[in-house]
Amino acid sequence: MRLAKPAVLAAGCLPIAMLAWAVVFDPLSLGANPAERILHETGDWCLQFLLITLAVTPLRRITGWNWPIKFRRMLGLFAFAYGVLHLSAYVAFDQYFDIAGIVKDIWKRPFITVGFAALVLMTPLAITSTRGWIRRMGGAQWNRLHKAVYAVTILGVVHYWWLVKRDITWPVVYALILALLLGYRLYVSRRARPARARA
Amino acid sequence: MRHGRPAPIRPSEITPKEVWLDRRRFLQASAAAAAAAGVAWPADEARAQQLIQPLAAPRNGAFQVKDELTPKKLVTTYNNFYEFGTGKGDPAENAGALKVRPWTIEIAGAVEKPMTIGIEDLLKLPLEERVYRFRCVEAWSMVVPWVGFEFNKLAAMVNPTSRAKYVKFVTAEQKDTMTGLRIPFIDFPYVEGLRIDEAMHPLTLMTVGLYGETLPNQNGAPVRLIVPWKYGFKSGKSIVRIEFVEEPPKTTWMLAGPSEYGFYSNVNPNVDHPRWSQKRERVLPGLFASRQTEMFNGYAEQVASLYAGMDLKTNF
Repeated sequence: MRLAKPAVLAAGCLPIAMLAWAVVFDPLSLGANPAERILHETGDWCLQFLLITLAVTPLRRITGWNWPIKFRRMLGLFAFAYGVLHLSAYVAFDQYFDIAGIVKDIWKRPFITVGFAALVLMTPLAITSTRGWIRRMGGAQWNRLHKAVYAVTILGVVHYWWLVKRDITWPVVYALILALLLGYRLYVSRRARPARARA
Repeated sequence: MRHGRPAPIRPSEITPKEVWLDRRRFLQASAAAAAAAGVAWPADEARAQQLIQPLAAPRNGAFQVKDELTPKKLVTTYNNFYEFGTGKGDPAENAGALKVRPWTIEIAGAVEKPMTIGIEDLLKLPLEERVYRFRCVEAWSMVVPWVGFEFNKLAAMVNPTSRAKYVKFVTAEQKDTMTGLRIPFIDFPYVEGLRIDEAMHPLTLMTVGLYGETLPNQNGAPVRLIVPWKYGFKSGKSIVRIEFVEEPPKTTWMLAGPSEYGFYSNVNPNVDHPRWSQKRERVLPGLFASRQTEMFNGYAEQVASLYAGMDLKTNF
C-alpha cells in the first residue's frame, strides 16, 4: 500500500510523458496534426480524471471500501493539470499567443466560454486542495466549495459536446457516465431525506 | 450508378491487362515487403489492395507555391472522408475496400452530348502535375502535388448549353465497401457544387493522382475534384456523376449545417466559422497555427474577379 500513491502518480503522468516523448523523438508517430492530437488528448484526460474523481464517492458507498478516498485529491489535481495543459496547448498552438483572439474566442464562442469557465472554476478547488486549506476553511465550508466539481464536469462535457463537428458519440458517452455518477448522488440524497424527517 | 439501369459492359469498364498485372505484382511486392518488415498483415492488406500506378505527368511550372510540400505519408493518412469514418485516420484504415474498377463518370443535364466516360479514358487525357495549397475549413492546410487535367477539358467534351448555370458533383456511395454511411447527421451520396464559371476556371482540376501516382483510395480514388481557392470539402472525392444544372445544387454540408457551410465556401480570413476563427491556419505537420490565411487561399489574383461586386460575408 505504501507504493500505491507513487504508482498512481506515475500512471497519471504517463499520458503527457508519452506525448512529450513523441513530440521530441518521433513526431511522425503523432500523425499529420500533432497539435490537434495534444489538444484532444489533454482534454480527454482532463474529463476522464474528473469522472474518475467523481466515481470515488459512489465506489466507497457501494463497496464499503474506504481506501479510494486516499487518491481523490491526487485524481482531482490530475484533472486540473491536464486542464491547464489543454488550455496551454490552445493558447500556444491554436491561437499562437494572440491575446485579443483568445479574448474574442471566449466571448464569442459558447464552447470556448464554457470550457474556459470550467477551468476557472476548477482553479480555487485545486488551490484549496491542501490539508492546510481544509483546516482553515473548516470541513463543512470546504465541502460546500468543492461541490463545484459537479458544475466543472458538466461544463466540461458541454464544452466537448459543442465543439465536435457532427459526430457526438463520445460526448454522449461522457454525458451518460456523468449522468450516472450525479444521478447516484441524487438518488442517495433523496432516500436520505425522508429517513431524516422520520427520525 | 445508383439507378440500376442494366447496361452492357463498356470497353472502358474492362480492366486492362497491364493494370491487372500491375496490381498482382504490386500485391505480391507489398506482401513480400510487409513480411520482410514483420508488419502486421491485416492492417496493411487494406492498403495493399489499392490500385496504385505511376502516372506520367509533367509538372506545370505555372502552378508553384513558396511553401514546402507536405510529406506524402501525411497527405495519405490524414483525411476527411466520412464514408469511411469520421476520424482523420479512418479513411487510410478503411478505404482499401473501395472498389475503384470498373469506374465511370456519368455526365448529364444541360449538355448537348451527355456521356458516360470510363476512368481508363480519363487517364489517357494529357495529365499535368500542379502544386496547390489545400486549406481545410478546420484551419489546417497542406501543400500537395496533384495530378490531373482542367475540368473545362471535360466540359468541352459534352458541350454545356446556355442553361448550364451550375455544376453538381455526386460522389460514390458503395454500400458494401463504405463503413461510415450510417452516420445519422449526413446524407449520402455526398454532393458538392460550383457555379459554372468557377467550374470552368483553369484552376479547377479534375484530379486522378498525387505525388506522381494514382490517388490512394482515402484521397478520393480514382477521380476527384480540386478547387484550391475553396475550403477542402468543396473538392468532392470519388466522383461518379457530374450534372450541369440551372439552379444551385443543395450540397451535403449546406444541408447538414446551413449556418456553418455556405455554397461558395471560398477561403476567406475575414469570415469566421461560427466555432473558430479562419484568420490563421496550421501548416501541417507544424504545431503552431502561425500562418496568416490568405484571401482565396492565395489565389486572389486568379479568381477574385469571379466575385466582383459580391458581398462575400453574406455569400460565404
